[in-house]
This record gives sequence, C-alpha cells and structure tokens, in this order.
Amino acid sequence: MTIEALVLPVAMAIAAGLVGCFAVMRRMALAADALSHVALPGIGVALALHVHPVFGATAMLLFGGLIVWSLEDRSRLATETIIGVIFSAALAVGSMLTGGDELIEALLGGASGTPSLTEIGFGLLTATIVVVFVLRRRHALVVALVSRDIASTMGIDIRRLELLYMEMFALTVALGLRYLGVLLMGSLIIIPAATAKRLSRNLNEMLMIATLLAVAVTLAGTGLASWLNKPSGPLIVILAATLFFLGLFRKERRAP
Amino acid sequence: MTTRPPFPAPVTPQPVLDVQHVSLRFGNTQIFEDLSFQVTRGASVAVVGPNGAGKTVLFRALIGAIPVEGTIRWAPGIRLGYVPQKLDIARDVPITGFDFLHAQAVAHRLSDAAMAEVLDDVGLSPRAAADSIGSLSGGQFQRLLVAFALLGNPDVLLLDELTAGIDEIGQVQLNELVHGLQKSRGLTLLIISHDLSVVHRYSTDVLCLNRRRAYFGPPRAVLTSDVLTEIYGAPVAFHVHDH
Repeated sequence: MTIEALVLPVAMAIAAGLVGCFAVMRRMALAADALSHVALPGIGVALALHVHPVFGATAMLLFGGLIVWSLEDRSRLATETIIGVIFSAALAVGSMLTGGDELIEALLGGASGTPSLTEIGFGLLTATIVVVFVLRRRHALVVALVSRDIASTMGIDIRRLELLYMEMFALTVALGLRYLGVLLMGSLIIIPAATAKRLSRNLNEMLMIATLLAVAVTLAGTGLASWLNKPSGPLIVILAATLFFLGLFRKERRAP
Repeated sequence: MTTRPPFPAPVTPQPVLDVQHVSLRFGNTQIFEDLSFQVTRGASVAVVGPNGAGKTVLFRALIGAIPVEGTIRWAPGIRLGYVPQKLDIARDVPITGFDFLHAQAVAHRLSDAAMAEVLDDVGLSPRAAADSIGSLSGGQFQRLLVAFALLGNPDVLLLDELTAGIDEIGQVQLNELVHGLQKSRGLTLLIISHDLSVVHRYSTDVLCLNRRRAYFGPPRAVLTSDVLTEIYGAPVAFHVHDH
C-alpha cells in the first residue's frame, strides 16, 4: 500500500473523529447512523448517469443533512420516527437503483482500485473544510451544547450553526463511503467519539483521543483488509467497537 | 390583560428595557397578553408568579429567543448575561468549566487572567472549574453560569431561578453573591424567583404575573395579600426581613 493511498483514509478518519465528538455529545447517534443510508440512491443515480459515485452520494447526503436539521426542532420521538422511515426508504430505493458488485461495495466499502486524482482532490478539500469548521467553531458548538438560549444571547446564530454542523457531518459520511460504505460510515463517526467521551477529562482530550482512535482503526482495518482480501468497512468497525468495549472495561475499573 | 402599576410609575427618560403591549400565544394557550413595563438602569426586578405563569417564557422572549407581538426594546448597546433554569447538556460529557468559560473568553477576546478573575468574583475555585461540569454541585454549577455571564461584561443579568434545588445556606450565599456583584458592577438585575421573602428584601421592583393579569411596581405595593391571592389563586404568606 502506497503513501498516496493512505492520505485519503487518514484525512477521512481525522474528520470523522472530530465531527463525531459533537454528534455523541448532542446524542444524535441514531440520526447520524441513518443519515449515511441516504447516500445509496445518490450512488445509484450517479452510476446510471456515468458520474463519479462520490458526487451523487455527496449531493444526496447534503440533502439528507438538510432534512435532519429541519426536523431537529420537533419532539424527539417524532424526529427519530421520521428519520428512521426516510432513511430506511432511501436505503431501499438505493438498493433498487444500484446492482451487483457495486451494491455490495457501496454498502460495505472497500472500493477496488486506487482513488482517482479527482477523488483525492475532492476528498482532501472536503476533509479540510470539515476539520477547519470543527476546530474554529468548537467554542460556539460547546455553548450551543450547554444552552441554546445562552448561545443566542452571545449573538450566535444557532440554526445556522446547526445546519452547518449537519452538512459537515454529511460531508464526512461522503468522505468515508469508499472505505466503509453507506451502512458502516456512521459507525466510524460515532464509535471512536463515544470511546473518547469515556476516556477524556476535557474537550481537547476528547477531540484528540477520538481523532487518534479513528485514524488508528482506519489504518489498521485497511491494512488487515488488504492482507485478508476482505472489504475494509467491517474490519474498521470491528476494531473500533473492540476499542470501545475495552474503554468500557477501563472506566469500570477506575470507578470507586 | 393590562399591567396596572399600583402606584404611578416614576418617569424615567431612558429605561434599560421597555416592554410595551407584549402578547404571546402557543397554539390556543395564551401565555401573556398586553404586558407592559419598564426597567430602569441599576434596578433589581423580580418576576414572580405561580408555576406555568410564563415567567421563563417571558425571559426567553426578552433575550429574543421567542418572537412575540408588541415591542421589547433594550437600550442601545446593552449587553445581556443570561442564566437559564434548564440546560440542554447531558451531565456525562467531558466538558469542563474552563471549556465552557473559554468559549465566552474567545468570543470577547479575553485572556486566561479574565477567566481567573470572574472565577474569583463568583467564588469558584480553578480546581472545580477544571472538572467536568457534570461533576459540579448545584451551587458550583450556578456560580459557573454566573461567571460565564460576567465574562461577557453584561449590563443586565437575567437569572431564572438561580437558587432552585440548592440547600438553604447555598441559596443565601448565592443571593448575597448576586446582589454584591450588582453593587460592584452596577448591574441591572432581572430575577425569576419563588422566594417572596428574598424578593421583598432585594428587589426594587416586582413583576407579579399569571396568565390573566400582571402587576408591576415596588415590592411593598405589589406583594400585598390582595395581589398575591389574585395572582396565585390562594393566600400566600411570606416572611419580611426588615432592615
């Protein structure tokens, strides 16, 4: 595996670790996981139109981010139900539009061949946007997390901040489709951040630990996948989940 | 509903806050109707009334979080500090007091020394501020929220039941703290409280409201048994500290 082939997964994992911290703290793990499914019909349409699948997926994910954002003000139960229905339907429609090997690849990741220059360029640009957004806006995101009303008195435009955050989340899912697929990318965003939440004492530690864990499991999972000749997505998520359970064990031992 | 001052209100050229004919409905539920009052600079206004009277909703309208009919006008350039009663955050997140304060410090381009100063002002140790906010006691957490508000160098502090759920000694300390800060920093205070004795002791004006009526004026004029019985729907007794 060449260095060039590792640049994109590392950039994707850094974005996933950072975005995931706020997704976990905002308790939006379910919406996050379901949102990734909406990429599938985008991939199907892009393949039918002979456009690079990543562009179709990204467009659909940005649209999905808009849906989740517009539902966030409603009651939690209504939101979860609607999100569950919309994104399961998206998965079903996408499965009809995408067929054969491409469907398995889109679902579980591990795309064959090296990424094209366009894909690498698009991926690095997207990852940079996501990382810069989270690092620059982390203070505003923390205040919004504590109290949306306090954030309003500081002049923070909460609805705009939340929309931008959802779209950063959508872009991060798009980044990881090649490696984890639409079924598993949500997990790479959520699991390292959930592990980091248990192991950290402050925000910076959480951001750092989540990012390191996401990068570590991505590199290890991708390496194992090429060695075992298996799709990378399931291996990355199995490693992430293993570290999460080890983290649980450590926390329990520390408790008085 | 009209806000009827029991005494003619003193004429003030420039109130910090001017509320005129404000009404709000949520669906079929009237929260308040035609509410009018003015707050002068340096005043300490207590908002009292039974549960469900719309006190918190009024505060949220005052900070601009809820649109209302009528006019809510703050004097130009006024900075607000708000301590809400209910927070959105889960207690188990690794966000420390310093992480939270840092957000305000960054917004106002303040140094770490400014954070240390407000912590000292509210009597919260740097050690407690370095802990996750979920591990703070009720009183420590309220002090942190006040410190956060102070870091924004506010002219007006809006405190929604600052002492709710805190033991009696803690309540006394928090009340002393807030009114000490008001004096030292020349703040205007708007406070939602259930403790009428404290309201009587510290407030310059009281807004006493339920969903049908509102009274605004000095505590001795508003906190009468007639008004309280009308607003609360039952006689309310409280102890007056005379000084």
